[in-house]
Amino acid sequence: MTGLRYVYAICRPFRSALQRQLTGVAGSPPKQLTHHGLIAVVSTVPETDFAEEPLRAHLEDMEWLTTTARAHQQVIDALTVVTTPLPLRLATVFRDDSGVRTMIEAREDDFRRVLDRLEGRVEWGVKVYAEPESAQAAGPEEGAEGAEGGRTGGAAVSGRDYLRQRRMRTRAREDVWQKATAFSGRLHETLSAFAEDSRLHAPQSAALSGASGQNILNAAYLVPRAESEEFVELVDREKDDAPGIRVELTGPWAAYSFTGEFAEEPEVEP
Amino acid sequence: MTAVERREIALVDLLDRLLAGGVVVTGDITLRIADVDLVRIDLNALISSVGEQVPSPWGEPA
Repeated sequence: MTGLRYVYAICRPFRSALQRQLTGVAGSPPKQLTHHGLIAVVSTVPETDFAEEPLRAHLEDMEWLTTTARAHQQVIDALTVVTTPLPLRLATVFRDDSGVRTMIEAREDDFRRVLDRLEGRVEWGVKVYAEPESAQAAGPEEGAEGAEGGRTGGAAVSGRDYLRQRRMRTRAREDVWQKATAFSGRLHETLSAFAEDSRLHAPQSAALSGASGQNILNAAYLVPRAESEEFVELVDREKDDAPGIRVELTGPWAAYSFTGEFAEEPEVEP
Repeated sequence: MTAVERREIALVDLLDRLLAGGVVVTGDITLRIADVDLVRIDLNALISSVGEQVPSPWGEPA
């Protein structure tokens, strides 16, 4: 059978073994390929799925993308336990081991530099949402969102009352949005001052995330592992309990968002 | 420290990192990374066409 090499990450040599039952993106276990003192963590993937044509088609397939992204992350996660991996972009594929070696040779200085930079650090994700609906639900106003005017049940509402309520709702929404934006700015400033580095990701679309509210801030922070607890506490402390503002913390992640120093990666644009 | 409770990672958070982060090296099988942005746009299109009554496929573990 012909197999291609899927590369997850570049690491320094590490002593501990990976979990035995760990599987990679196509179900086969990841292995280490050592070259020039660096390790590429690779697994074999079938050409039928990972050659350029099928890969391109697969990337448009939500289910395939989900499975592959989770499998990729699982390997990175396992690596994070034993070392500080330099994660590669999803679906980085080579024809064979020698292709991987050639790539390492071409980039080894960059890899070393960024590995040094990231050593012992993790990434935390912080998102802020504006949730006008939940702010309103706290008030006396009927909180039913969704189809406006679709609710005529209960006591009949006069046209004037209806318009007034609608105006109030619009104002409340703008208010929450403004507060959340100002809060996001302050939070980002505080967290950036604590973290060694930060990146802003594009706010997530609600349709894609399924999260309630509007995503205002979607940021990543690079934090030494040893200071992570402090960072988490800081986020907790800075959380605004104001109705309508929600803060979400994710992590620790491998430093995915901080590998771009040497890549031709553009900054994230909305 | 309730915030560190480990939950199933949301797919969008993962895609933010796997499609926009990570080192870009030129593999033998080269997909221009710009393509990946296209994927996201397609995802958006996909979602809105699916409609709201269909539960999102990535809320729960697949």
